[in-house]
Amino acid sequence: MESDVELLARLRDGDEQAFVILVGRYQGSLLRVARTFVPSDAVAEEVVQDTWMGVVRGVDRFEGRSSFKTWLFRILVNRARTSGVREHRHLPLDPTEPAVSPDRFDGTGAWAEPLTPWESDVDDRLVAESWGPALRTAIDGLPERQRDVVLLRDVQRLPSEDVCEVLGITEGNQRVLLHRGRSRLRTVLESELQTRGR
Amino acid sequence: MVLLRRREDLVCQQVVELVSDYLEDALPRSERKRFERHLRACPNCTAYLEQMRVTIATAGRLTTEDLSPEAREEFTELFRSWRADGPDGPD
Repeated sequence: MESDVELLARLRDGDEQAFVILVGRYQGSLLRVARTFVPSDAVAEEVVQDTWMGVVRGVDRFEGRSSFKTWLFRILVNRARTSGVREHRHLPLDPTEPAVSPDRFDGTGAWAEPLTPWESDVDDRLVAESWGPALRTAIDGLPERQRDVVLLRDVQRLPSEDVCEVLGITEGNQRVLLHRGRSRLRTVLESELQTRGR
Repeated sequence: MVLLRRREDLVCQQVVELVSDYLEDALPRSERKRFERHLRACPNCTAYLEQMRVTIATAGRLTTEDLSPEAREEFTELFRSWRADGPDGPD
């Protein structure tokens, strides 16, 4: 697979193929993140299209100080903010959202029942691929702020300081959102496994 | 003595709340030690930590969805028009 940097070099030379590959690579995540900031799918699509225009027109000015991904999502969030934004970046976090349902623990805070191990099954590459769609659905179902952080940090693998910068949240908030998002995803994978049997 | 131990040692329900900070390397040293001490004695939390690692790794492997042929066509057209406008073209 060609790296973003290679594709960008081709893009600078006007290679439309390279552009379409980049769009394919990031379109889904861009739309999902955009949707957090704007009131409808239609507006999200406009914002994302606008973002790609910013990429094509600004590619000569991109200096590579940050990764392409960070630059791309930064453009997205800037455009989204200026086009009819829902301002909710500073809402306090719900203080009570346990990573694991309290009824899984006994009175002392220890696991009431041993955990059913499934992690070695999922680590198998083939199994992981078949789980992709379930996880994708689960990510889409996360509360939007958790979803954005999980998308940028775990799916796109941006460094945490870039995630904070792009989303305009503090390091502490980011970690809480990430923790809750990941915890929910783990729960989904766990119940998925129990449904499918082993 | 018993009270002291209780304050010192993490219970499973606390451990699951610290897993992300642990994986992000955001725990203070002393907390990290308590966390690891608990793990050494607790197969369930060890499995839990591994499940979180696997969950994160699976998310990182999500393949990008393919663009529809229509979308490819549309973006190719857009690209041409944006390029034609030049880098500082009309917005």
